[in-house]
Amino acid sequence: MKDLKKLGIVVFFTLLVYIGVEPYAHSVMHKHVEGHNFKYPDLKPIAAKGNPETGKALAAACMGCHSIKSQGVPAPMDPVSASGAYGVNPPDLSLIGALLDEKYLAHFLKDPVHTAIVAHKFKDRAYPMPPMATDDQSAADLVAYFKSIAPKEVKPKEAYEFACGRCHEMRYAKWTQIGEVPKTKKNIQTGADLAKLKFNEKLAEYKGNMVKYLGKLPPDLSIIVRARSEEFLETFVEDPQSQLPGTGMPRVGLSKEGYEKVFAYLEEVGDPSKPKREKVGPIVLLYMVVFAFLAYLWYKHQWKDLH
Amino acid sequence: MAHFDPNARPFSHKWMNERLAVDTLQKVLSTEYWIPKNINFLWAMGMILAATFGILLISGIFLLMYYIPDTKQAFDSVNYTVMSEVGYGWLWRHMHGVAASVVFLIIYIHMFTGIYYGSYKKGREMIWLSGMLLFVTFSAEAFSGYMLPWGQMSYWAGMVITNLFSLGSLDFQGLVEWIRGDYVPGQAFLNRFFMLHVLLMPLIIMALIVLHFGTLRIPHVNNQDGEEIDFDAEAQKWKAGLRKESKVIPFNPVFLSKDVFVMSIYFIIYFYLVFYHFEFAMDPVNFDPANPLKTPPHIYPEWYFLWSYEILRPFPKDPGLVAFGFAQVIFFLLPFLDRSPNVAPASRRKPFRCWFWILLVDMIVLTIMGKVPPVGVYTTIGTVAAWVFILLWVTLPIVTKLEKPVRRSK
Repeated sequence: MKDLKKLGIVVFFTLLVYIGVEPYAHSVMHKHVEGHNFKYPDLKPIAAKGNPETGKALAAACMGCHSIKSQGVPAPMDPVSASGAYGVNPPDLSLIGALLDEKYLAHFLKDPVHTAIVAHKFKDRAYPMPPMATDDQSAADLVAYFKSIAPKEVKPKEAYEFACGRCHEMRYAKWTQIGEVPKTKKNIQTGADLAKLKFNEKLAEYKGNMVKYLGKLPPDLSIIVRARSEEFLETFVEDPQSQLPGTGMPRVGLSKEGYEKVFAYLEEVGDPSKPKREKVGPIVLLYMVVFAFLAYLWYKHQWKDLH
Repeated sequence: MAHFDPNARPFSHKWMNERLAVDTLQKVLSTEYWIPKNINFLWAMGMILAATFGILLISGIFLLMYYIPDTKQAFDSVNYTVMSEVGYGWLWRHMHGVAASVVFLIIYIHMFTGIYYGSYKKGREMIWLSGMLLFVTFSAEAFSGYMLPWGQMSYWAGMVITNLFSLGSLDFQGLVEWIRGDYVPGQAFLNRFFMLHVLLMPLIIMALIVLHFGTLRIPHVNNQDGEEIDFDAEAQKWKAGLRKESKVIPFNPVFLSKDVFVMSIYFIIYFYLVFYHFEFAMDPVNFDPANPLKTPPHIYPEWYFLWSYEILRPFPKDPGLVAFGFAQVIFFLLPFLDRSPNVAPASRRKPFRCWFWILLVDMIVLTIMGKVPPVGVYTTIGTVAAWVFILLWVTLPIVTKLEKPVRRSK
């Protein structure tokens, strides 16, 4: 019993230190940002009912810059030239209806700069994406079209590539801003891998254009799930300015489900041991509990006639 | 002249005994190494520390097989190679990281147990001093290890801590550069901290662990009442079969059985942390690669250094360094600053009892204040706590002088 009281004191002070330096200190260091569950309450609901057929006709204007690969529309330029022209490679629009919030997308088509919250970065230059819808009706039509071509199921990796992958590298998944690192072979005589060198040259050029456009190179997201809390990531993606005022990162406008897909991929790459931990953990703990039980029997046996 | 039986079979008991005195060794080190019976679970912390050091050593050896001490590759060798490509690399890393944090918790429990029961006095001074040397070398080991993943916190903690060696207004930049091998932390810095972490410090630690065990031998382990035991007489009783009457028990198997039980409980908690709650031991900031162009908004050491960091922080530069230096050495002087002849638990030593609990709470306050940003009320609390720490140690000789002799309870 006396031992238990002492254990209680040790546990009490240990927890006090833990709560002080972990949850408490972090709550002081990191400001709390209230998330809105990807509902974008600052944007007014769009009442107009969209017609996908009208939208399809309107979408022809998009194809000057964007590809829609699922509909057989190729990209007008390769990623590096596109980054030279616009700063970053414009996204493929195949998944846009599946991953972005409807209301956000409609507003974005009408007023891209303010909907993406990037006005502070485009005071004296034009945002490469011009307004594509003049009124609620045409915005709703475009949204309806993109929804109509959206696939039912989007893989987490695809969600990442669409939403993050044109600015953020993910080297642990061999992903670069201009696509996957190609499998190449070096010349066994010279030791040089020309194809790889060429790819790296293109990548460097793309990054150079992007730095000119954004001011800095966006971070690699390989292990961002370990470097930032879940809460931070969620509220940051929902509204980057809420966590990092002045950042060049646009509000991407993901829907809740879209974000969950992206996050699933970040976690898959950044914390690959999670499924193994969940499998091995219980076995090790069970082993230790059995060990403790046997140790207890031994202890009781050794100490039974000592007092 | 020793006698060697020519007929003894090689490696038989007799053969070994003649050459290595295995029977004597076994007696001296285990079956007739006497430990007081009057102890509680806190007496198992030493063995828990030894076991945790073992975990750190073994997991460290596995990590060493894949770690690359190169400023360009170190981060990915830890975060990608070990975590994704090496089978169970994540397990070794999380075991290493969690053990590195938990080992300090146990060290502090072990230290405060020693302070509470007066286990540093009357012949036990060398136990305390060798233990403090272990604390210092473990700190150096932890700090050098923290540099290795070459993340943001590695880099900037390395910057801040090596800067301390400019010794404030003395401005010994040359010394700082000599330690870093460069103007800023770089390849030379990483290489030398790598060497310290995987070779020099572990060697010193292992030597000190042997010394620490050795220092226990003559004064023997203390007990819950600080009672002076005649170990020879009590050992005779035990050997005569008076298990109940004897005040001592042999290390093996009796003391060991309790140690192993306590250790098994510890391991349940430890492995729970390894699998389900390892984040506390691995700061998120260190998962951003080192970037000399971007200072993190908050730079703080791992939790076990926070109390001494907070003694540095609230003061101006030079007095801060003096206070920091004071905090680093003052624990060494404990056996000499405590002027009371009593070896007894703090609960029976009147003014010292208060001193003990104030010290404990003060160090926890310092620890928490060391992590939160030094603004507003936190600065005030931190400054007060730092002064309390200094005053506690200044007044310790007086506090212990005032103490009356403790009457032994039966």
